[in-house]
Order: sequence, then C-alpha cells, then structure tokens
Amino acid sequence: MIQIKLPEEEIAGVPLKNHMLLAAGILGTTGASLKRMLALGAGGVVTKSIGPNPIPGHHGPALIPVDCGLINAMGLPNPSKDFVEEISPLKGEPVVVSIFGGTPAEFGEVASWFSNAAAFELNLSCPHAEGYGAAIGVDPRIVQECTEIVKTYNKPVWVKLTPNVTDIKMIGKAAEKGGADALVAINTVKAMRISTELCRPVLGNVFGGLSGKAVFPIAVRSVYDLYEAVGIPIIGCGGITTADNVVEMMMAGASAVEIGSAIYDSVNVFSEIAADLYAEDGIPAEEIVGCAHV
Amino acid sequence: MSEMPEVVTITTVVDETPTVKTFVFDKLFAFRPGQFCMVWIPGVDEIPMAFSAANSITVMKVGDATQALFSLKAGDKLGIRGPFGNGFFPSGKVLAVAGGIGVTPLFTLAASGEVDTFILGARTKEELVFAEDLEKVSDLKIATDDGTYGFHGFVTGIIDQIDITSYDTICVCGPEMMMKGVLDRLVAKGIENRGQFSMHRYMKCAVGVCGSCCMDDHGLRVCKDGPVFTGDLIKSGEFAHHHRGPSGRKE
Repeated sequence: MIQIKLPEEEIAGVPLKNHMLLAAGILGTTGASLKRMLALGAGGVVTKSIGPNPIPGHHGPALIPVDCGLINAMGLPNPSKDFVEEISPLKGEPVVVSIFGGTPAEFGEVASWFSNAAAFELNLSCPHAEGYGAAIGVDPRIVQECTEIVKTYNKPVWVKLTPNVTDIKMIGKAAEKGGADALVAINTVKAMRISTELCRPVLGNVFGGLSGKAVFPIAVRSVYDLYEAVGIPIIGCGGITTADNVVEMMMAGASAVEIGSAIYDSVNVFSEIAADLYAEDGIPAEEIVGCAHV
Repeated sequence: MSEMPEVVTITTVVDETPTVKTFVFDKLFAFRPGQFCMVWIPGVDEIPMAFSAANSITVMKVGDATQALFSLKAGDKLGIRGPFGNGFFPSGKVLAVAGGIGVTPLFTLAASGEVDTFILGARTKEELVFAEDLEKVSDLKIATDDGTYGFHGFVTGIIDQIDITSYDTICVCGPEMMMKGVLDRLVAKGIENRGQFSMHRYMKCAVGVCGSCCMDDHGLRVCKDGPVFTGDLIKSGEFAHHHRGPSGRKE
C-alpha cells in the first residue's frame, strides 16, 4: 500500500497534525471530549455544529446502527453561545468550529462569537433539521451568501456539502465563488428505517442521515466530481475506516479527510489508521491528491 | 451489524412503590449487572434504563418519557436496544451502596451472588425497592431519610459505622450527591480506586458516538467507557458539580 508523509504545511488554512480530522457531530459537544480525541491522534477536530440558539434536538431514537453504517437524526442539539467557554481551553489547537444558521445573517452572528477558531466549517448539509443545513444548502445563492458573510471574520472557511442534490458541483462552485477556502464532502445521505413489528419509523424524527461504510463510495464519487469542478482544496468525509480508504479519498482529490462513524468501532481509529498510513520514507500526500483523474 | 431496537411485548407490570414500576417483557437480554439498555416508547422518546432482570426494567417516574411508560400495560410494545456499557467488575469482598432507584443495577449484582454487604437507602419506608429480595442474598442494612425504617438518616451514616477498608470493591449507584458522600469517604481512606460508581447522564446514541454523555475532565463517555467508573476517574471534574442537558448546556 502507498504510505505518505505527515503534512509539513497548513491544509486549507489549518495547521493539522496529520491528514485526519474528527468529523462534526462526533464526540464534539464538550471541550473535554474534543481534547481527548486530539490526544488520541486526531490531526484536528471539527466541533458539534453550533447555531444561533440552544436546541435540545429531536426525540429518540436519535441514532440507529444499521448494516455498514449509522443512521442519525440528532436534530442539531447544541448549547449555542455557551460553547465559546466550552472550547476556550483548546485555544491554539486545530479546532474547526462547525456553525449553522437559518440565514446568512445567522451564520455571521454565530461566527462572530468564535475569535479562537482555527477555521469555520459551514453546516449547509444536515439532512434532518427543518430550515437549517441541507434545507438551505441546496440553494447555490444562499450557500454563496453564507460563505461570503463568514469570510468577513478573516478565518479559513470550509463549506460542508450535502450529497442529497442533483449536482454537487454546482453547490461547490457557489461556495468557491463566495470565497470558501475548502469544501468538505459529504454530509450524511438522507435515509430511514421502519420497525416492521411496530409498523412505524424507528427514528423519532422519522428520517435521518446515513453515515459509515455504506456511504464511502458516494463520498469518493462526490470528491472526484468536485475536484474536476473547483480549484480549492477538498476535505473527504464519509465512511472512511482504513488507511487505504484515506489514500483512495486522496486519489479522488481530497487534501485531507474527516472521520466520524468509525469511532463506533474504535475510539482509537485515528492512531490505528496513522500506523498504516504514515512512513518516514512515505511520499508527500500532494503527489497522490487527484492522481486518479483520467 | 444491525442493531435496530428489539421489539418486546410487556407481559406484567409490577407496582414496586407509589413511584416505581417493574415492566416484565417477553424476551431475554444477556446483560452483566450494571449494563443498561435504551428503552423506546413508540411515539414518545428513547431513554436509558438499567435492567432489573434479563427480561425486565424497573423504572421511577421522573419525567415525560417515564410518565408515558407508566401508562403502558400488559400487551403493549416497547423497543429495546442494548445491553450497553461496561457494567460492574467487582472482585474480593463486595459492598454495595444504593440510593433510591439506583438500587436496580446493584440488585442484579446481588442477585447474581456477588455482594456481601448491601446498604440500601430511600427517602421513606414505602419507597424501598427490592428490600425483601436483597435480604435473602446479602447482609442488608437499610437507611431511610425520615427514619420510618432502619437507620434514621443517609446511607453514609451507616458507612460511618462500619470498616469500609475491609471491602475490596465498593459498588455505588444513586443520586449524585449521595455517591459524592460515598466517594468522599473512600478518598479520605485513600481507597477511591476500590469504588465503582454507576453514572447517569443525558444520552442520545448510547453507542459512544454522539458525545452527549461525555464527562469533564477526561472526556469519558458514560454510555461506552462507563457507565461504571472507578472513583479515581471521577473525583476531579464535573462529578457532583455539573452535568449537561439535551442541548449540551451545563446545568
């Protein structure tokens, strides 16, 4: 298998310790859990998505493990502005703050709270929150406006995209036009399960988003598509569980990756993958980013 | 590996006390004492709950979801996910200290013959749960806050009358201020690593992914790294100080 070197420069404006970040929504609610994931080998962490008001989230069941993945409908639970204090002990660490809002102005308001963020990741892609996430992230004009307004806070802006669109390239280009420093692809794929015995949907919210191994091929295809459409870095996200998956994502066009659902099997997934992925005599990652494009 | 909720049918509802009921269902779950399950009340919510036997949960009415659960009767259906978490891992001579509905996981530990001495506390005599059964399987000592049965006071009052250092493992479950009282006494003797505390936190996923139940300062997940933690892991941080609600705000 191809092995690579650790990054020597910033990736998409963030000084990552390796090419793998903790994905948004996974163990990202508290400063202590984010700190723990950095200690366990994450090259950077993305926080739980923070919005303009505290939200308790959807009623349960909110997450169901299924074959080859997880379906969740958390409903964007978040402590809103209280989260500033939550992550203040992490100042100087590669902490990307995920933010959401219902309008560009709300994105701007939330961004204004986090002066210590290494970067912002705009959640324009959560598939199960009415009026937020993918509900507005399918509109190229709104995606561009949200990116522009957060960009005024002079930090790298990453835009996380939903795969639940006809043409992800169009949304990616809108983010690039708005000044995005990177695209993150993909958020979860809209999905649901039904209890046949109870004859009703399992999730409290009826439908949710599928993550994990099941979506890896969709994520690879999305990154491949975006790489042909935009000139900014792409962060690959969706179902990565092995070092070979990281290499595959990079060959599709990803400069770095985010890992989330693999935590279900092992909280040590970052160090486990790193042991296979990195070698002192490995090649620079830049040499394989996008190399599969024919 | 799909872990969809297992749908069970309630066969019996037992009134344990005015505020506690046991729901017996028609399927068995292979759990270790101290492990928990997620109970799906269809159309309402899903909540963490300790097993009181392989085919039952024992529930105190504390909020909307448990109130909805209390309205269910034999023949009604629930969804069960689990068992989850680590459970107790006692060795040697074992003391169990339970307060209120925290008796449930420790009752299963005693029922499996793993408890030598059991200190059971409740607000008042009629809120004592499982006392008769515990009498048969352990050396049972009872405390009630109002003195209507046994020792008049808290479980810590009984602890102060015994030599706690004579126990190799002290398993504890109950209200957090009560558990703090026990931990303080273990710390005073320098034996907090012998304490095994079953923690309760707001949970959403129960499988170690979402982070809702993570505790300060180590970021440990109550659902996956716990719910049972040794005293040395919780003595600093949020224990008996704060916890987080559904939104993640400190309460």
